[in-house]
Amino acid sequence: MLKKIIFFYIDGFRSMKTGRKLWAIIFIKLFIMFAILKVYFFPNFLNTNFANDKERAEHVMHNITRLRNN
Amino acid sequence: MVEQIDLTQVNWARAQFALTAMYHWIFVPLTLGLSFLLAFFESIYVRTGNEEWKRLTKFWMTLFGINFAIGVATGIILEFEFGTNWSNYSWMVGDIFGAPLAIEGIFAFFLEATFFAVMFFGWNKVSKGFHLFSTWMVAVGSSLSAMWILVANAWMQFPTGMAFNPDTVRFEMQNILEVILSPVAISKFCHTTSSGFLLASLFVVGVSSWFLLKGKHQLMAKRSIIVASVFGLLSSAYVGFTGDEAAYTVAQKQPMKLAVMEGLFQGETNAPLVVAGLINSAKEPADTQKPFFAEIKIPGLLSLLANREFGSFVPGVDDLVYGNKEHNIVGASERMERGKIAIHQLKTYKEAGKNGDTATAEAALIAFHEYKDDMGYGYLNNPAEAVPPIGLTFYAFHIMVILGSIFPLVFLLFLFFSFKGELLYQQWLLYLGILSVPLGYIAQQTGWIVAEVGRQPWAIQGLLPVTVANSNLTTGTVQTTFFIFLGLFTLLIIAEISIMVKQIKIGPEEE
Repeated sequence: MLKKIIFFYIDGFRSMKTGRKLWAIIFIKLFIMFAILKVYFFPNFLNTNFANDKERAEHVMHNITRLRNN
Repeated sequence: MVEQIDLTQVNWARAQFALTAMYHWIFVPLTLGLSFLLAFFESIYVRTGNEEWKRLTKFWMTLFGINFAIGVATGIILEFEFGTNWSNYSWMVGDIFGAPLAIEGIFAFFLEATFFAVMFFGWNKVSKGFHLFSTWMVAVGSSLSAMWILVANAWMQFPTGMAFNPDTVRFEMQNILEVILSPVAISKFCHTTSSGFLLASLFVVGVSSWFLLKGKHQLMAKRSIIVASVFGLLSSAYVGFTGDEAAYTVAQKQPMKLAVMEGLFQGETNAPLVVAGLINSAKEPADTQKPFFAEIKIPGLLSLLANREFGSFVPGVDDLVYGNKEHNIVGASERMERGKIAIHQLKTYKEAGKNGDTATAEAALIAFHEYKDDMGYGYLNNPAEAVPPIGLTFYAFHIMVILGSIFPLVFLLFLFFSFKGELLYQQWLLYLGILSVPLGYIAQQTGWIVAEVGRQPWAIQGLLPVTVANSNLTTGTVQTTFFIFLGLFTLLIIAEISIMVKQIKIGPEEE
């Protein structure tokens, strides 16, 4: 059964025409998104700058209790 | 890190989010609608056994695959932006958004790994019945997958089923059913998905019209037009019905958004609906200038649509900014004072907790809870900041409604001439069918603008403005990623259009 399912996918991918180009686009896109953008341009701000949840919560609390006119 | 709130940085972050969401929304509605049309086409094939319907289904399935492949995962970028540009917001809503987004992720993965694969690879390998079941599951599953994202968005517009925990500084889920079944979530889901059905119907009609104009694949084009026009006509009616419900919900839950959608400054009983108008962009709340240079109105209709009652009072921008005692409306000016008390008490609670002053902390917490519903207003510098951009929201709303009123007529005309057998002779209609495709996308984008620009300045309605939700980053950082996305998404759109056009020119494969 498992073998049948695996060959179902393998045959499906082999017989693709337009699909091959689309898979190439998907992989290039995912590579740019996760290996370049996420790593170099979109670090999680709180995870990068603070060591633990307590510090993160304190930072956010500081921001939301800091009024421009207060 | 930057210590001062930098409005320019906030605006770049907003522009980046808008850019990403709008590009993402080019792909999604076509996926939602085309998946159902595939299910209809294939159902006819299975019922009739006519191989021409199978060929037709496979052709539209290829276009569906192109749109899906290029659009897939573009929404994940929005989640990147949450973590980087909107970290205060992300932290505060993590408990609410975690569940819907995780369910959506798992749901989408299993859907794509199983039923998508059967739909694309399973022709002649699984039974007709199971293949059809898979196609239907893709259609139903795509809409259900969208539901979780729309639930999260609806919560931002109408935060419910939660409580703010000042110790974790998070909004915590209290009742997931209240979040999922909130009136805003239901109307948003129904209106948004049905608008996708409408767009896909326009897409099928438009591409088929092109075939007819070129004299190619005429039987397939005519059959596609009939199914898509029926679906489009039904979807148009449903979009109108759900749009009315969505506007009613906005009137009840986000009255400021409704006021700017209609350019209504001074609240009125028996308020008129503005069908079309030229906004006076210099008009400010409570000044004496006229809101419109010219407008066409239907007396009393806005009251009926907003409150389901003729002669009822609909608050305007001025009432919502400065209050209206006669109609018991508390204005943003008064809510600002209450919000500042909430923030001050929260700060006192935090400092007293740190100093071990339990009595002061407890008293501050009680006071905070009394004023917390207006907390977001405390961050505003003046009450007029509670007003979203009026011109953009007004025009976007009216363009969406006007286009939404034209589309059913287009479908009716296609059906009329199809059944008369004269479609091939109506070149003007075929050109209109092609033109309707970009118009459908414009209607989609303007709908998004109404929903999101119309709820400014809030990241979370009434509780957290965008100026506090963002991260302390420099403007340059956000500008850089804005242009990277602009380039990346533009390339994806070019790829989508060029591959799609190439595939349409190839047409359905010969059996």
